[in-house]
Amino acid sequence: MDDTHPPSDTSQEVGVAIGAKKPQKKVGVLFAGRGLVCVRGGRTVFVGLDFALEPGDALVLMGPNGSGKSSLLRIMAGLLKPAEGDLLWHGYAVEDDARSHYARQHYVGHLDGLKVAMTVSENLSFWTGLRMGAVPSASSVRNALSAFGLDCLADFPARILSAGQKRRLSLARVLASPADLWLLDEPTVALDRDSVAALKQAIAHHQQHGGMVVIATHSEMALDRARPLHLDRFVPASELAELQEDAATVLRKNGHKAGKKGRRL
Amino acid sequence: MTGFWLIVHRDVVMAWRQGGDGLMAIMFFLITVTLFPLGVGPESGILARIGAAVVWVAALLATLLSLERMFQTDFEDGSFDLIAIAPLPLEAVVLAKCMANWLLTGAPLLLTAPILAMMLHMDREGLAIFVVAMALGTPSLVFIGAIGAALTVGARRGGVLLTLLVLPLYIPVLIFGVGAVEAAVTGQSAQPHLLVLGGLLLGTLPLGLWASTTALKQALE
Repeated sequence: MDDTHPPSDTSQEVGVAIGAKKPQKKVGVLFAGRGLVCVRGGRTVFVGLDFALEPGDALVLMGPNGSGKSSLLRIMAGLLKPAEGDLLWHGYAVEDDARSHYARQHYVGHLDGLKVAMTVSENLSFWTGLRMGAVPSASSVRNALSAFGLDCLADFPARILSAGQKRRLSLARVLASPADLWLLDEPTVALDRDSVAALKQAIAHHQQHGGMVVIATHSEMALDRARPLHLDRFVPASELAELQEDAATVLRKNGHKAGKKGRRL
Repeated sequence: MTGFWLIVHRDVVMAWRQGGDGLMAIMFFLITVTLFPLGVGPESGILARIGAAVVWVAALLATLLSLERMFQTDFEDGSFDLIAIAPLPLEAVVLAKCMANWLLTGAPLLLTAPILAMMLHMDREGLAIFVVAMALGTPSLVFIGAIGAALTVGARRGGVLLTLLVLPLYIPVLIFGVGAVEAAVTGQSAQPHLLVLGGLLLGTLPLGLWASTTALKQALE
């Protein structure tokens, strides 16, 4: 558990290969977005969204379903182009050098990207190897797995994993190679209490070493240096009314309890 | 470069463990070709006349079978998001996928085709040329097919659409593949046909990679 967390442990052997930066000493805005606009399928999700992150910061994305948390994370990852606005790293536009931006981040989305015919450790070492351009050592794979209590399942096919264990495997991928920026889309879904604690510890360790994390979550997660970002503030007025109306209809239809769950993958 | 081999390795190992797509394409190939002598009758003259065409058409269709899932599964389970943000260029990813696909279907086709051709009374001169033509033609089929597979990713009933998109594009490979064997059997030089097949391979390689990559980027948005 102690020596599994990047970027401290593996940065020596692999940091050079992917151009990952050493922990930042100088304080200043490192990753920022300016005037981001997201349009999905003709619907304007948010407009004029700004954010700024310094090394060690955590950005917590909050807002109702459909307010664009996942879309913002995909924009930050470079998987989705914003309709307007810029993403900046050290003040330079990210899209000018997308490949370096990919190399300094980890993205954990709703889907796990796991192949059920492969074993747990094969899945992990494939993704780590693809990202690093070199097959990871067996010990680094083991360490990342044990951080989320998956080491006993290492040689079993991913088919037998439960939803929570699959999620833990996705999170173990984040620990298996260093990155400055973690983009986590509802990482606590399906996780048990111990795993949430392990995740919190991993994030804290990441932040202490100058890493940044952007996390979309509905559950309360007490993080250090957390900056909340309420996405519903950036929803255009017309769309907001619609969102609230939708929520109200769901509440009315299903009684009080079902309203909270909403749509979730 | 490691990433490239990791993808090839992963696809081959997965197919091997699941025993699905690759094996299915080969079984389809064997059964389709075997149906012809049963349908046409055992007369060796007729079989020798149509043999090359029958095996080639069956090979085209068998290749099609494996294409649908080429990118589809990666899109469904979220793998493609991670592949897209990996340092490996998407063109190299597509090339790796094509290579894995060829190893799983093209190579077994190449190994079984001569046996089937013999069964259809193809003579010895024709057989050697036939194998060379298959070796040059099957990779082209994969590169052309990759375009269709990338375009139909995420489409409902993508398999049918894929067939309609890709089969017309297979016509040149079919014509020159059969032409090479016909030329050899009738005592002419098969070289022009084989050169055209080689040219098609050199053309479809960059075109297939470029077009598939563009289509996949569209699908990611």
